[in-house]
Amino acid sequence: MENLSQLVNEGLEAVAAAQDETALDQIRVQYLGKKGVLTAQLKSLGQLSAEERPAAGAKINEAKQQVQEAINTQRTIMASEALRAKLASESIDVSLPGRGQVNGGLHPVTMTMERIENFFAQIGFSVAKGPEIEDDYHNFEALNIPSHHPARSMHDTFFFGDGTLLRTHTSPVQVRTMEKQQPPIRVICPGRVYRCDWDQTHSPMFHQVEGLLVDDNISFADLKGILHNFLNVFFEQNLQVRYRPSYFPFTEPSIEVDIGYTGANGEQKWMEILGCGMVHPNVLTSSGVDPEKYTGFAFGFGVERLAMLRYGVKDLRLFFENDLRFLSQFG
Amino acid sequence: MKFSEKWLREWVNPAISSDELVAQITLAGLEVDDVEAAAGDFSGVVVGEVINAEQHPNADKLRICSVSDGTAEYQVVCGAPNARMGIKVAFAMVGAILPGGFKIKKAKLRQAESFGMLCSGQELEINEDHDGIMELPADAPVGTDLRTYMMLDDQIIDVDLTPNRGDCLSIAGLAREVGVLNSTDLLPPSLSEVAPQIEDTFPVKVSAPAGCPRITARVVRDVDVTKPSPQWMQERLRRSGIRSIDAVVDITAYVMLELGQPMHAYDLDKLNSFINVRMASQGEELTLLNGQTVELNEDILVIADSEGAIGMAGIMGGDSTGVSEQTRNVLLEAAFFDPITIAGKARSFGLHTDASHRFERGVDYVLQRQAMDRATELLQDICGGEAGPVIEQVADQHLPKADEVVLRKQRLNSLLAFEFDDAQVEDILTRLGLKLLKSDAQSWTFSSPSWRFDMAIEADLIEEVARVYGYNNLPSTNPVGSMDIPAKPEVQRPMSLLRRHMVSRGYQEAITYSFVEPGLQRLLDDQNTPVELANPISADMSVMRTSIWPGLIKALQYNQNRQQNRVRLFETGQRFIPSVDGLQQEDVLAGLISGSRSPESWHGKDESVDFFDMKGDLESLFSLTGNRAAFSFSSAEHVALHPGQSAAIYKQGQLVGYAGALHPGLVKELGLQGPVFLFEISMAAITEGLVPAFSVLSKHPEVRRDMAVLVAESVPVSKLEAIIAEHAGDYLQQVGLFDVYAGAGIEPDQKSLALGLTWQHPERTLNDEEVNQWFEQVVNAMQTQLGATLRS
Repeated sequence: MENLSQLVNEGLEAVAAAQDETALDQIRVQYLGKKGVLTAQLKSLGQLSAEERPAAGAKINEAKQQVQEAINTQRTIMASEALRAKLASESIDVSLPGRGQVNGGLHPVTMTMERIENFFAQIGFSVAKGPEIEDDYHNFEALNIPSHHPARSMHDTFFFGDGTLLRTHTSPVQVRTMEKQQPPIRVICPGRVYRCDWDQTHSPMFHQVEGLLVDDNISFADLKGILHNFLNVFFEQNLQVRYRPSYFPFTEPSIEVDIGYTGANGEQKWMEILGCGMVHPNVLTSSGVDPEKYTGFAFGFGVERLAMLRYGVKDLRLFFENDLRFLSQFG
Repeated sequence: MKFSEKWLREWVNPAISSDELVAQITLAGLEVDDVEAAAGDFSGVVVGEVINAEQHPNADKLRICSVSDGTAEYQVVCGAPNARMGIKVAFAMVGAILPGGFKIKKAKLRQAESFGMLCSGQELEINEDHDGIMELPADAPVGTDLRTYMMLDDQIIDVDLTPNRGDCLSIAGLAREVGVLNSTDLLPPSLSEVAPQIEDTFPVKVSAPAGCPRITARVVRDVDVTKPSPQWMQERLRRSGIRSIDAVVDITAYVMLELGQPMHAYDLDKLNSFINVRMASQGEELTLLNGQTVELNEDILVIADSEGAIGMAGIMGGDSTGVSEQTRNVLLEAAFFDPITIAGKARSFGLHTDASHRFERGVDYVLQRQAMDRATELLQDICGGEAGPVIEQVADQHLPKADEVVLRKQRLNSLLAFEFDDAQVEDILTRLGLKLLKSDAQSWTFSSPSWRFDMAIEADLIEEVARVYGYNNLPSTNPVGSMDIPAKPEVQRPMSLLRRHMVSRGYQEAITYSFVEPGLQRLLDDQNTPVELANPISADMSVMRTSIWPGLIKALQYNQNRQQNRVRLFETGQRFIPSVDGLQQEDVLAGLISGSRSPESWHGKDESVDFFDMKGDLESLFSLTGNRAAFSFSSAEHVALHPGQSAAIYKQGQLVGYAGALHPGLVKELGLQGPVFLFEISMAAITEGLVPAFSVLSKHPEVRRDMAVLVAESVPVSKLEAIIAEHAGDYLQQVGLFDVYAGAGIEPDQKSLALGLTWQHPERTLNDEEVNQWFEQVVNAMQTQLGATLRS
């Protein structure tokens, strides 16, 4: 029995020296198998007296257990080492680009129009659309611009042979809305408009968003409030805003709104940003809304202009060239 | 309108700086576009007199002048051809500083000493003249500082007037406005009637009184037209952008600038018998003062004499009766022409004159006699002569009437959200020239002034009160409204969603012009005749698109020319299709793909896109409607598309669009790199969807059977799917196509299709017999209808 502890020590040493699973298995067989050296010790118990047997048996079992545990521990170590090695072999370069379609992007004009629409949708404006080829009545007459009016010459209109025309503003949509609906009216009219003018700062086709609010007791103060609010939200700044008397046949009073900025020499400068005004009573009347009962205001933005200011685009012509290197900058 | 600030301040001189004045009128709606100095920044330049001028001994082009400043004489070498004895000049003395900081020093030119410089208009930044030195009038006081003499410490203010403010196209009108804004009274020059010195008159008739309700004229005899107009007048005209012509023409222009009344002067001796204001006869010809010969029509108001038209009324005079150096006797004319008669006429002849600009907007209809007297006075001062009595023809019934306008206090206050003081409103409006006719606790009644054509209704007066009070001084609030939630039908898919979906499928949004080149469009659409613009900007933008494809193809071309070979574009917008029911302006979504399927990457070699890439994108788009099953594709022919790779798209049996490969012939003709795949689909088809309806989930197991069938190559899969749908019983849940094979092991004109069919019953487990029966039904139907066989 003296060599039991020696056998255990030898076994533990063998386990510690084992290089792989196979070696461990051999050690298990050698010590703990049916013919293993520790198993053989149990067979020698028969030579002992009945009193000695239990204690000696317990000792041998203890020795077996000791070796078994060492084998188990070593096996766990080896398994985790193997897993580690396997994982290491599977490592990838996570900086490589992903697979699949790359997103396209929205046109900056659409992005800008959607932003404007969303702001106004939050305060209950709905979107109205209308035809781009319009009749003279909706584009001019109904907006208090009779045929002899000097304002017509400011509009540089594209005509068709039959007297129809490409709308010069989205205001006809406001007229069409009022023809169909009584106040309260809150609409935004985004869309393409056309003027027969093409140079560095004019495009024959561009986009406008116009708005119309007609209700009880709508005042000039409401118009000022909503536009200042909008401009602050659009540019995400507390802007200085000034209101300048202007003239549009379809509004009275008519206003041009300027936003303040600081010039190169630190001086206060103003930039015209939009036109608006209280809806002219003649416009309300010709669209079937009683100007004694209701008042309202209308406003209009040039979308390209807002997009240029917002995103720092310097050249209007880029908007319609559809150069992917330009378009892909907006997402 | 450009004007001299100094001139304005002669009429009204509020105690505000130039900058304040500019800001003030801008904020009153007279938008100042530009302010520039009347002359460059210079000093030390005086009125000089050339006492003597001799040829420089050593230089052909130089003269040696002796110039006096009134106290001494200086030798000055000058290269100007007009430097000669006796003239008065702008003399920059030694020590003078010219514009740009250029300092005048004693100099030596070809051995001759020079003490100073004689200046041209351009050198002093007074005008553009650089042909010679400035020649000042003979009466210019020698030695006087030039800036003082010419009143050059002045600014030219350019104000951009809106079309309703024709009344401000004069110093008088601007002064009136500035007076109102500052509550300052005007200091107009005293104007008095000129009593006739002779009896002479000339017959003046008006056959078209509606177009010319008032005309005044006057004979002035023995005028001397050879004398130029005075320096101060030329300077004022210059500062308003008008070049001096001769004294008579300058005077008419001056009166127009001063009072706002365009005038005309005829050479009396060239007029035949009478003048008559009438409508032109069709085809009547007239040679204008600018040399242009125009053919008139019956809409045009003219001034005529017995021989024919001698001027387009309110636009431009004729060449034959104009004032020249030989003129001795003149007929001055000042009329009120009806704005509507004149409007647009100048433009229709490609003309735009100071007169037409004013008459179109409306000239004060009581101003004519005053202007006539003012012009006579100036003419006699400058050119001498004797004036006859004023001849006047008036048609009262055609003259504008002063409008009587009621302004309700409550309306004013509620529209502007401000409580105005009665006295303030009255002050503003009366200073503007309205007459207060009566007032009570609720309202005022005003009559409008003869110079305003935009004061006919209450809103006009409210605008004036707001404008003068100051838009920026009025309150600002957020509007308050009822909090109704507007209807938003769930079936309606927002366009923004569809656009973003295209973006996430890799498409870049484009915006192309709605007018396109007719030739390109014809190649892509031979079915519709596009509507044509009467006045296109250019030939390649002359017809309205009947499809978005021409625009997208041009964008593709543009990008391929810039080495962008992988192009995926979409656009939403209207197309314009004439039809028997009138022009259809239909919203569509169109797209185009070309180049590789994915961007260049390390994931192995990429293939070029094909029809099914585009179809997958479309099907994904259709899924957004929640009703993808409603859409189907079937082979179709389209002039723009490859005959074997084109499809019509149907939604519930209705044609809603096309998709296919751009015809290889077109790819070549348009110089594109192919293949290119295109689609266009009606927006309505994809924005209208379904509201999802839940169906109960079955707890019972699914049963699947696969089949591989051999059919003729030409049989479309959709036919098999239709047979399956018809014959596979009520509990078929799904059909999947998981293989298409043609090639080795199969007859050359055949293909093998592998399909998986899945059944499920909502309430019980299906048994083999019934599933086998459905499967058999399908197989039999395929066999009888398509000659299909099961592949073993």
